[in-house]
Amino acid sequence: MKYQQEYRDPVAAQKLRQAIAGITTQPWTIMEVCGGQTHSIVKYGIDELLPPKVELVHGPGCPVCVTPLELIDRAIAIAARPEVIFCSFGDMLRVPGSKRDLFDVKAAGGDVRIVYSPLDCLKIAEQNPDRTVVFFAVGFETTSPPNAMAVMQAKRRGIKNFAVLVSHVLVPPAMRAILSSPTNRVQGFLGAGHVCAVMGYEEYEPLAQEFQIPIVVTGFEPLDLLEGIYRCVSMLEAGKVGVENPYARAVRREGNRPARQLVDEVFEVGDRKWRGIGTIPQSGLKLRPEFAEYDAETRFAVSQLEVLESDVCISGLILQGIRKPHECPAFGKTCTPERPLGATMVSSEGACAAYYNYGRYRGTTPVPV
Amino acid sequence: MNEPRDVDFDRMSCPLPLTDYDHVLLGHGSGGKLTADLIQRVFLPELGNLILDALEDQAIVPFGATLGGAAQGSAANSAATNGHPAPRLAFTTDSFVVRPLFFPGGDIGRLAVHGTVNDLAVGGAIPLYLSAAFILEEGLPMNDLRRIVTSLAEACREANVQLVTGDTKVVDHGKGDQIFITTSGIGIVPAGRRLSIRKARPGDRVIVSGTIGDHGIAIMSLREGIEFETVLESDSAALHDLTRVMLDACPEIRCMRDPTRGGVSSALNELAAASNVGVHIHEPKLPVRAEVSAACEMLGLDPLYVANEGKLIAVVPAEHAERVLSVMRQHPLGRNSALIGEIVQDHPGMVIMRSVIGGDRVVTMLAGEQLPRIC
Repeated sequence: MKYQQEYRDPVAAQKLRQAIAGITTQPWTIMEVCGGQTHSIVKYGIDELLPPKVELVHGPGCPVCVTPLELIDRAIAIAARPEVIFCSFGDMLRVPGSKRDLFDVKAAGGDVRIVYSPLDCLKIAEQNPDRTVVFFAVGFETTSPPNAMAVMQAKRRGIKNFAVLVSHVLVPPAMRAILSSPTNRVQGFLGAGHVCAVMGYEEYEPLAQEFQIPIVVTGFEPLDLLEGIYRCVSMLEAGKVGVENPYARAVRREGNRPARQLVDEVFEVGDRKWRGIGTIPQSGLKLRPEFAEYDAETRFAVSQLEVLESDVCISGLILQGIRKPHECPAFGKTCTPERPLGATMVSSEGACAAYYNYGRYRGTTPVPV
Repeated sequence: MNEPRDVDFDRMSCPLPLTDYDHVLLGHGSGGKLTADLIQRVFLPELGNLILDALEDQAIVPFGATLGGAAQGSAANSAATNGHPAPRLAFTTDSFVVRPLFFPGGDIGRLAVHGTVNDLAVGGAIPLYLSAAFILEEGLPMNDLRRIVTSLAEACREANVQLVTGDTKVVDHGKGDQIFITTSGIGIVPAGRRLSIRKARPGDRVIVSGTIGDHGIAIMSLREGIEFETVLESDSAALHDLTRVMLDACPEIRCMRDPTRGGVSSALNELAAASNVGVHIHEPKLPVRAEVSAACEMLGLDPLYVANEGKLIAVVPAEHAERVLSVMRQHPLGRNSALIGEIVQDHPGMVIMRSVIGGDRVVTMLAGEQLPRIC
């Protein structure tokens, strides 16, 4: 795994660390948008290696965390139907709905399966012609091409017993919402490298200009992150505005054109509710009308959804980077990865789970064993 | 561009907590936190006694004159305190439900022997006798059963144990998963030998007997259809001879564990809690095969949480660490042994790992099943 070692080199990391410390003259608040980056930062202890003046806040880039509760409840209701095989990426299974989670549906006899690719669902659909395979199509721009491909393939191959429950969200509108908030503290962004690998970074350029901020397209390995932080701090220190791309080995300005085209053929942009944030206009993807037959929401009418919410958890504030996980009164006490109060605790990408699992606040938080 | 509307930062939403599950989840069998919960909340309140409460990989009980006391759980430690150390009895049991039944490096039959032999061996016992109970699903090909039994017999011979009693049940088609095997084993702990996960002390060294995560990834890559240039084999092996040479070379070894389900993280966390010490490990020193590391990257898993079936972790007083390491490395099952960390006074009950780039993180016990991440 040359690729891994190359970007986890301790000597190079040390140099970047010193470089960041060397250029930092005043306090800066930088948000990494992507949950995968939050995970890496905490896993490698990167935030600990930064000068105290550089503060990282964790953004709403964890698809598990921002999927609205109603949709989880809907997924649970659909998954419990005997004629359904419900397929999902692994970490959605532990997200609690109002009363139960998908693991519980599975334990009670529902056919809930973890898949690594939505294309696997088509195989399952062909093997089970008398049942309907529903895929929980969550995620940011990153997972939208394979999901679009699955729908497209289903249509081409005439697979009728397949549907998707779509909850796709888009990064730039979320960044806009955060920057527009009166409580915003974020001065610069680490752009989500995988999202940009698909979408490119053209659409971030007007955002950087409008809000007069630096955005640095950043990868996921320790050196990628340190490099991204270094560039972001240098831009902040120099008063520079715009988008820089040190993650050029994966990201081009225009992104992956065939993937974007495919997504565009299958999905259209629409308003989308974000858990903890509210409805953000033009911030999600939904199936285009010509693919309506693959929409699980219309295929399975779920009525009488009683959505119960708790006001203890501060997921929303955490997802916007206004508060840190350890500032939540429930953190590590009533809210733990095995009994999560909120979605930020569920996913290994969620800010709370990342803090908890890697014990950022081990001094103040009991980490039970 | 549209300005956000209907964005209400004060209306934060979160679901009510799931306090308890109404059903048993797969995660309850993961060997992590949910398994520990099940033991603490369901089993121990009803079944607990001094011996069971110790939660070692095996029960070690006196026998002979003190047997009556042991049954009450009151004499678990009496053999050493009466001034006449005597050999003690080690007893353990384990069930095997692996799918697929046959995998590179082993099969369910070998695993059923190795798992139980290892639970005895890491307690310092010389494994002697096994029982085996088979739950067979109607329709299991007879040839598969023969293959499994043949390899189980072979594993017994290699581990120098005798299978002396057994049982067979058959369940309806669809009510089992081809074959489940439960083995129990007894062994003798020589007089004066007392290993325990309660005995780790600050300054002690932590040694692992080889590459971690091989078994779990071998099985998972079969299930997920991941192929490597070389065949990744399970590490399934009987450790009785490795533990023998280790204990011969160094009777002072504090304790050993075999990090099966829940992986190295669970074993170290249990150790930290039981001894009320901190465990500090170093990521660059963890032996991980390149294929395992690659598969973990692809599947979104962490090798610290992946199962092993032929590895052990030993806690050794610092002054003996090099000697133990060198005898381990001379043994075929310990060639890749490595010193991975030390026991510390700080952060009792916690395992902390220094990452490859120098940051620290807490290594917690796995919550439920290890879940692949979305992206």
